[in-house]
Amino acid sequence: MTDSKYFTTTKKGEIFELKAELNSDKKEKKKEAVKKVIASMTVGKDVSALFPDVVNCMQTDNLELKKLVYLYLMNYAKSQPDMAIMAVNTFVKDCEDPNPLIRALAVRTMGCIRVDKITEYLCEPLRKCLKDEDPYVRKTAAVCVAKLHDINAQLVEDQGFLDTLKDLISDSNPMVVANAVAALSEIAESHPSSNLLDLNPQSINKLLTALNECTEWGQIFILDCLANYMPKDDREAQSICERVTPRLSHANSAVVLSAVKVLMKFMEMLSKDLDYYGTLLKKLAPPLVTLLSAEPELQYVALRNINLIVQKRPEILKHEMKVFFVKYNDPIYVKLEKLDIMIRLASQANIAQVLAELKEYATEVDVDFVRKAVRAIGRCAIKVEQSAERCVSTLLDLIQTKVNYVVQEAIVVIKDIFRKYPNKYESVIATLCENLDSLDEPEARAAMIWIVGEYAERIDNADELLESFLEGFHDESTQVQLQLLTAIVKLFLKKPTETQELVQQVLSLATQDSDNPDLRDRGYIYWRLLSTDPVAAKEVVLAEKPLISEETDLIEPTLLDELICYIGTLASVYHKPPSAFVEGSRGIVHKSLPPRTGSSESAESPDAAPSGAPPSEQPAVIPTQGDLLGDLLNLDLGPPVSGPPVATSSVQMGAVDLLGGGLDSLLRSDVGGSPAMGGTGFTAPSAVMPANLGPPPSGGLGDLFDLAGGVGTLSGSHVAPKTVWLPAMKAKGLEISGTFSRQVGAISMDLLLTNKALQVMSDFAIQFNRNSFGLAPAAPLQIHAPLAPNQTVEISLPLNTVGSVMKMDPLNNLQVAVKNNIDVFYFSTLYPLHILFVEDGKMERQMFLATWKDIPNENEAQFQIKDCPLSADAVSSKLQGSNIFTVAKRNVEGQDMLYQSLKLTNGIWVLAELRIQPGSPSFTLSLKCRAPEVSHYVYQAYETILKN
Amino acid sequence: MIHSLFLINCSGDIFLEKHWKSVVSQSVCDYFFEAQEKAADVENVPPVISTPHHYLISIYREKIFFVSVIQTEVPPLFVIEFLHRVADTFQDYFGECSETAIKDNVVIVYELLEEMLDNGFPLATESNILKELIKPPTILRSVVNSITGSSNMGETLPTGQLSNIPWRRAVVKYTNNEAYFDVIEEIDAIIDKSGSTVFAEIQGVIDSCIKLSGMPDLSLSFMNPRLLDDVSFHPCIRFKRWESERVLSFIPPDGNFRLLSYRVSAQNLVAIPVYVKHMISFKENSSSGRFDVTIGPKQNMGKTVEGVIVTVHMPKAVLNMNLTSTQGSYTFDPVLKVLTWDIGKITPQKLPNLKGIVNLQSGAPKPEENPSLNIQFKIQQLAISGLKVNRLDMFGEKYKPFKGVKYITKAGKFQVRT
Repeated sequence: MTDSKYFTTTKKGEIFELKAELNSDKKEKKKEAVKKVIASMTVGKDVSALFPDVVNCMQTDNLELKKLVYLYLMNYAKSQPDMAIMAVNTFVKDCEDPNPLIRALAVRTMGCIRVDKITEYLCEPLRKCLKDEDPYVRKTAAVCVAKLHDINAQLVEDQGFLDTLKDLISDSNPMVVANAVAALSEIAESHPSSNLLDLNPQSINKLLTALNECTEWGQIFILDCLANYMPKDDREAQSICERVTPRLSHANSAVVLSAVKVLMKFMEMLSKDLDYYGTLLKKLAPPLVTLLSAEPELQYVALRNINLIVQKRPEILKHEMKVFFVKYNDPIYVKLEKLDIMIRLASQANIAQVLAELKEYATEVDVDFVRKAVRAIGRCAIKVEQSAERCVSTLLDLIQTKVNYVVQEAIVVIKDIFRKYPNKYESVIATLCENLDSLDEPEARAAMIWIVGEYAERIDNADELLESFLEGFHDESTQVQLQLLTAIVKLFLKKPTETQELVQQVLSLATQDSDNPDLRDRGYIYWRLLSTDPVAAKEVVLAEKPLISEETDLIEPTLLDELICYIGTLASVYHKPPSAFVEGSRGIVHKSLPPRTGSSESAESPDAAPSGAPPSEQPAVIPTQGDLLGDLLNLDLGPPVSGPPVATSSVQMGAVDLLGGGLDSLLRSDVGGSPAMGGTGFTAPSAVMPANLGPPPSGGLGDLFDLAGGVGTLSGSHVAPKTVWLPAMKAKGLEISGTFSRQVGAISMDLLLTNKALQVMSDFAIQFNRNSFGLAPAAPLQIHAPLAPNQTVEISLPLNTVGSVMKMDPLNNLQVAVKNNIDVFYFSTLYPLHILFVEDGKMERQMFLATWKDIPNENEAQFQIKDCPLSADAVSSKLQGSNIFTVAKRNVEGQDMLYQSLKLTNGIWVLAELRIQPGSPSFTLSLKCRAPEVSHYVYQAYETILKN
Repeated sequence: MIHSLFLINCSGDIFLEKHWKSVVSQSVCDYFFEAQEKAADVENVPPVISTPHHYLISIYREKIFFVSVIQTEVPPLFVIEFLHRVADTFQDYFGECSETAIKDNVVIVYELLEEMLDNGFPLATESNILKELIKPPTILRSVVNSITGSSNMGETLPTGQLSNIPWRRAVVKYTNNEAYFDVIEEIDAIIDKSGSTVFAEIQGVIDSCIKLSGMPDLSLSFMNPRLLDDVSFHPCIRFKRWESERVLSFIPPDGNFRLLSYRVSAQNLVAIPVYVKHMISFKENSSSGRFDVTIGPKQNMGKTVEGVIVTVHMPKAVLNMNLTSTQGSYTFDPVLKVLTWDIGKITPQKLPNLKGIVNLQSGAPKPEENPSLNIQFKIQQLAISGLKVNRLDMFGEKYKPFKGVKYITKAGKFQVRT
């Protein structure tokens, strides 16, 4: 007698038969028929045609039959709204039934019927049920409000159900409280603005009391709600933590993780010196570890969360490395997560164990896992310096296995190790080269090529090796092609004599035979570099590389803080804020960790309150403003002694003299005076190359050269139009207007001197007063011919920043004295700060993250940039022109966030976060700098650059 | 909250669906099937999958996928815990949680699901309460019901539903009052090639079967409660008493339940009761290899190690194995490449050994990976951590209950690397 009989039906007229049975007089037959209908429904069969017949069975004393009919109604009422009305009367009647089970059932079912007409009738019974004497009915009704809100939010608000629901938070029964909290949380999710869960110390107290007594599910709702509360000081935070801690021992893992969330969040407010803080840290470890002994699905979610927790507070699990060791029959998704956490926890203390494990994993069966394990070994080497040697030897062992994918992964990570510890492990290169032929993955090939290029001088047959790659150049992926191009250029710069042909070959392959613009551009750039100024090329291509930093995949600190607030939720599994992926979350409110606040005592004595790091650790000491006038008057206006005039037109030279002196000097400097070799060395290219370049095939090369003249302005930063600094009236007829510019690393003051007097002017000289950044003329003001009346001369005065320093107010004030044969004139001008932004102001991502975290929040300044209708990319490239570099770009719920860095000539770093809302012309700019006084001027620079 | 639930069997048929809000089309499961295909092995299907409009959170139990559909930000652990609870309830009601059992009782299943979740919020998940609302099927009852026409639905509000102790019914009566506790410890360990322990810990549970009339209030104390520093409790346990006195004080649920689970990880407390000597090697270019495994007891406090089974996942290239065992029997599944050696009891005088030749596919390269041995065993009347129950006291009722404690140690995930 099983229910499977309900599935066996005669082929013809199944619905017809059921209809007859439903209308049968016999109760038992009716019930059987309804069961059959339900059975069909469970497998997704459409039995909506039986609607009227099933509804007819609703009026019954038999609770089971009633429930079954209700089940049916919930599924099909939507498709038959008119018919559903027929059921309303019974519902309303049932809501008055003396049996609380039936009252609750009726109100529950009515809420599930998503038909407008029914909801109208629902209001009255629901109101009664919310105040029912039986808590079971009340708790059911609380959920019903949430259901109704989902169907018709306006109705719920108009009927005042929300207030009733809020009152239920103070209900005497903990289950009712829990359900009311759950319902309110769900409603609040779609109504972020409404202040539904208005938490205050009183209501928090009630929730904490209910927490101890309600069901496990209720505890989850209450804990999640508590996590949104912002305690007023550390004492309150501590007392909440104390009452939440027992939940860590709950058998339900969801309760445990929700409790962890509350604790992680409120811990932020506790001072680290507190004994309680230490206790709490210790208490957090065991429950997290216990989660790992549960079912694999639970483990997975737990591991994703632990990944966040470990990044935020590594001290919690630092002794628990072993529980993350992988078992061979863990599901792959658990294995990969465990591996990730192992690397995060790796430290000098446990690295031996970790390496032994990783080596073990590298011989497992699952390819993805093995690859990740090999990569992990490389990451360990980079993270724990002491282990690097052991890691390298482990990797070499693995390469000896000759397992194809292991070898390839190993080579990729060894490349990174070279980047981190240059000139230490190059002895292994020989071993790597042995495996050249087995590499078939682009990443591994690219890594190998990089190694060959980088260490070309140590590899005897580097040219042969690279040449072998060159054969199938066009079949390689872009990554490999680019790498090959660079590597061969490096090789050429290192061994110019033997590799002429090779470099020509690769340059022509890259520029002429390739459709890939990146490759072509890079090809042209190298070509031009080599042909114009090989010494510069050497400086550029073989420049010292910045070391790569420790961890490569840390979550940005602001995002991490936000995610900590979402522990246990989907956001924590995806490591993205919910707004980035949850559909239908209209304007989710951002959660952030509470700031650390002292209790009332420490607030009274602000001196004692910790204020983070000392506010300014400026690299350059700026003396305070002294006796300005005195300084200026004492200016010595004799011709300033400084270096030779800066050469201005090295660019043009190259355009004409393609392979002239440039290569010559390269060869001479390298080969050290063996002209014979040098001669043959580059007669060949000068014959070949110009031949190629001569008739510009598609105008491409020609364009390139045209650019040369304009290169300066293109690559230089924004230049404001000239303004009048010194009107003629004030300077006995000398009018000076000017502006500042920065081009390819050189700052200059572009001046326009006009003689509006009646006499000839001569003997010009210029001098700056001491200023904040030590700006000073790098060359004397050279106006060769005397300036005749009404004549104008344009001159560019190179500046440097090695002058004496004095803090000015405003910071960018520059006082200038100009002398001519008539008199000495003084004027002051404000220079835009961006002329001081240096070219190497791009900070590395990791460095950026660390620095951003490191600079105390007091140093953050926020500005609005209005009316700037640019896209993020346009902004980024525009700013880049002025040496404001975009370190990272991220899209957060539709807004583009640009993380940028810049460096001033005196070594001050400024970090910026630029928030761009597409469609809105206003940007928000947050600046962080150790010397916060520059922020405002940086902001002005942003404005100027962006608006021009 | 939880929107819908689909039950899917191993061959990919959706055999049950339940919607708590609006109906979500079955086609949403296509995303799940896609992930399943990618994962190749059923156990490797990721538990959280995102689709353009929904999230699918699934568990895999007894060859059934429980796939839940959610639409808003919901704690995934909450959903996973709930799904396991659903599976537990089926197990409890039908004796097994299988496709057949579910299909045979589809109406009860539907009623249960409706009772467990309302609008996505858990309603009643305690088996005591559920059983009062919906009676579990028995052959006798269905016969009686079909004769008398009565239903298997409770007509009144379950008593535990709203009290502070929702896990217990109000009126419980037994003629024999009994309280049994099983202390079960599982050893999870990874042993490396050389026989040293890489990782070992004990996962312990105390499962109880309590059949006591009325409202008994129990106190369970241990000889060495200090062992228990990482514990998860059943909600019935009074946390404050434990914190202050290290005594488990509780009003028990009626019937079978898990009182607490604990973890002992201090290396010195985790004794490893068996050792393995192994020699598994493959010769270069000869398409054969040698296999030689011996297992022996150690540190088992005079108790016998029994129910020993060794399972080995051999490399893919292995064709078959010609072995002889001194004790027990072995089978080799040539499709799954799994060797199972069922040994039984280990007697220290004569250690069980299994050795012989491994045949590889001809021409296949020498396998790179070394197979791990998975070992199962049991030791009766021993809790390997040394945990011992001191006494059980009962308050609140007058009768004298019959009390019993049983200890057992098992292998959990016990792996030996070779």
